[in-house]
Amino acid sequence: MSRDRFERGLLRLARPLVIAFLFLITAFPFFYMVMLSVRDIQELILEPGSLWPSSITLDTYANVLTRQGFLTFLKNSAIISVASVAVTLLISIPGAYAVARLRFFGRRQVHFLFLAVYLFPAIVLAIPLFVLFTMIGLRGSLIGLILVYIAQTVPVTVYMLRNYFETVPQSVEEAAAIDGCTRLSTIWRVVLPLSKPALMATGLYAFMIAWNEFLFALLFLVERRESWTVSLGLSQLAGSIEIPTTVLMAGSVVLTLPIVIVFFASERLLTEGLTAGAEKG
Amino acid sequence: MTGQSAPPRPRRAAPPPRRRRRGRTLREQEARAGLLLISPTLIITLVVVVLPLLWAIMLAFQSVRLINIRRTGVFGQYTLENFTYVISEPGFWTSLANTLVYTVAGTGLSIVFGLVAALALRERFMGRTLIRASILIPYVAPVVAVTFLWETMLNPQYGIVNTWLSEPIAFLTQAQGDFLGFKIPVALLTVILFEAWRYFPFAFLFILARLQAMPADLEEAAVVDGAAPTQLFRYVILPQLWSVIALLAVLRFVFTFTKFDDVYLLTGGGAGTEVVSVRVYNFLTSRDDIGAAAAQAIVLAVFLVVFLVIYLRFFAGGEREQR
Repeated sequence: MSRDRFERGLLRLARPLVIAFLFLITAFPFFYMVMLSVRDIQELILEPGSLWPSSITLDTYANVLTRQGFLTFLKNSAIISVASVAVTLLISIPGAYAVARLRFFGRRQVHFLFLAVYLFPAIVLAIPLFVLFTMIGLRGSLIGLILVYIAQTVPVTVYMLRNYFETVPQSVEEAAAIDGCTRLSTIWRVVLPLSKPALMATGLYAFMIAWNEFLFALLFLVERRESWTVSLGLSQLAGSIEIPTTVLMAGSVVLTLPIVIVFFASERLLTEGLTAGAEKG
Repeated sequence: MTGQSAPPRPRRAAPPPRRRRRGRTLREQEARAGLLLISPTLIITLVVVVLPLLWAIMLAFQSVRLINIRRTGVFGQYTLENFTYVISEPGFWTSLANTLVYTVAGTGLSIVFGLVAALALRERFMGRTLIRASILIPYVAPVVAVTFLWETMLNPQYGIVNTWLSEPIAFLTQAQGDFLGFKIPVALLTVILFEAWRYFPFAFLFILARLQAMPADLEEAAVVDGAAPTQLFRYVILPQLWSVIALLAVLRFVFTFTKFDDVYLLTGGGAGTEVVSVRVYNFLTSRDDIGAAAAQAIVLAVFLVVFLVIYLRFFAGGEREQR
C-alpha cells in the first residue's frame, strides 16, 4: 500500500475519533453539571457513578435562587454587565471611528497603548485599584467594578469596531457630509446602521467579560454580600459544607446559562470579530 | 494640540474648498475631531490603567500596609526593602518555577489541542456546527462555574472521575503521586490540563480562521503532485500557520503567566501549585502588605517582559524564515 493511501485510510479512521473525543471532553462536563443540578444529594452520595438521576428535582434551583440569594446576585451581575456594555459602546464607537477615519496627532501611539492594555496583567492593576477603592470608599459599590470592566474591554472593542468601520465605504460618508450631515450625525445615521453586526459582537464581548469576571469582583465586593455577583456568590458558597453540592451545581447552571445563550445566539459574529486579525496572518 | 499647524496638504480632490469655518483648515478640524472622539477612551484607560500602574510602581518602593496607607504620599520614603524581602522569602522562587512550568505547558498543550481540533473540524460534515459550538463552551463559560465543575468531578469522595478509577486520586490536593514508578506532581498536572482544556478553544478559533482563509489551489497542486496527508501538512499547511501559532504563543503566554483565577479557584495555591499571582493576592489580602504585594507583582511583570523579549528575539526571526 502506498504511503498516501495508508495515511488517507488512517486519517479517515482517526478523524471521527478525534472529533468524538473533543465532543466528549467539552460537552460531557456540562452535561454532568446539568444532571447533577437536578439530583438529590443523598442519591449522589450513594451512587456517585450514575449519570442519569433516578428522579428529577428542581428544589435545588428553588433553594439556590431564594435561600442562597442567587436572585440578588443575578440582579447585580445583570446591572454590572448591562451598564458595562452600554458605556463601553458609548466610549468605543467614537474612539474606533476616530482611529479608523481621522488623522490626528498620536493616532499610531494610541494603537500601541491599546495593545498594551489588552496584554496588561490584571494582578498588577488589582493592587493600586484595591488600595484606591479602599481609600475613597468605593469598595462594595458596583460603580467601581463597572469602571474597571470598561477600561479592560474598551481597547479590544475599539480594535474590533475599527476593523469593521474601515470596511464601510468612505464614499457613503462623503455623500452624507455633502448632504449636510455633521460628523456625529454621519456616524449616527450612516456608519452605525451599516455596522450592526460589529456592534452586536463588541457588545457581547463586553457582556461576557463583565459577566464572567472574578478577580476584581472578589477584591471589591467580597465584604458586602448583598452586592455579590453570581460568580462571586458561587465561589464564596462553594467552600461551605452546609450547602449541598447539587444546589451549588444549580447555581453553576444559573451562572453559565446566560452566557451560553448569548454566545450561541451570536457565535459567528463574535468569533469573526475576535479573529479578524488572524486571517491576515 | 491647538497650536499644531498642519501642513496645507490638499486632501482628496472631490469637495471644492469651502469657506473656512472659524479660520481652521479641514485638516485641523479633522485632527481636533479625532482627538475629541478618542478622548473618552484615552481618559478611561489613563485613569483606570496607566495611573494605577504608575502608582503600583510607587507602592512597590514604599513600606506600605493597609493600616498606614493614608499616611503615605508621593513623597514618601522610597526603599528597596520590599524587593529584597519578596525575593528572599521562602517559596518565591518555587512559585516562579511553578508559574513558568504552568505557563509553558498550558500554552503548548492548548495550542496543540487547538491545532488538532481545527484540522479535524476543517472540512464540512454532519453536525459540524454543533461540535464547533460544543468545543467553544469551556472557553466562554464563567471561570468560577468551570473550576467548580472540575472540583466536583475530581472530588475523591463523590466525583465521577474517581468512580471510574480503581483507587481514588485526590487530583487537586495531592502534591506528589506515583505513576509507573515515577514521581509526578499531581495537582500541578491537573491545573495544567485544566488550562489546556479551557483555552484550547481560543487557539482553535484562531487557527481555524487562518485555515479557512488559505487559498485552496496550493493544496490542490500538492495533492496533484502526489503529496500524502502528512506531507501536505508538513510542507503546505503548517508553514502557513506559523505566524498565527507564534501570535497564539505570545498571547497565551502573556495571559497565562499572570493568570490568577484558574489556579486560585482550583487549588487555592496549595499542593505545589502556588503561582506568583496567587502569592501576590495573598500578600495583598491575608497579610495586608501592599508594598510587598506590589513589589512581587512588578517582579512578575518584569520576568514576563524578559521572557517576551527573549522569545521575540529567538523565534520571531525564525518565524519569518518559515513563511
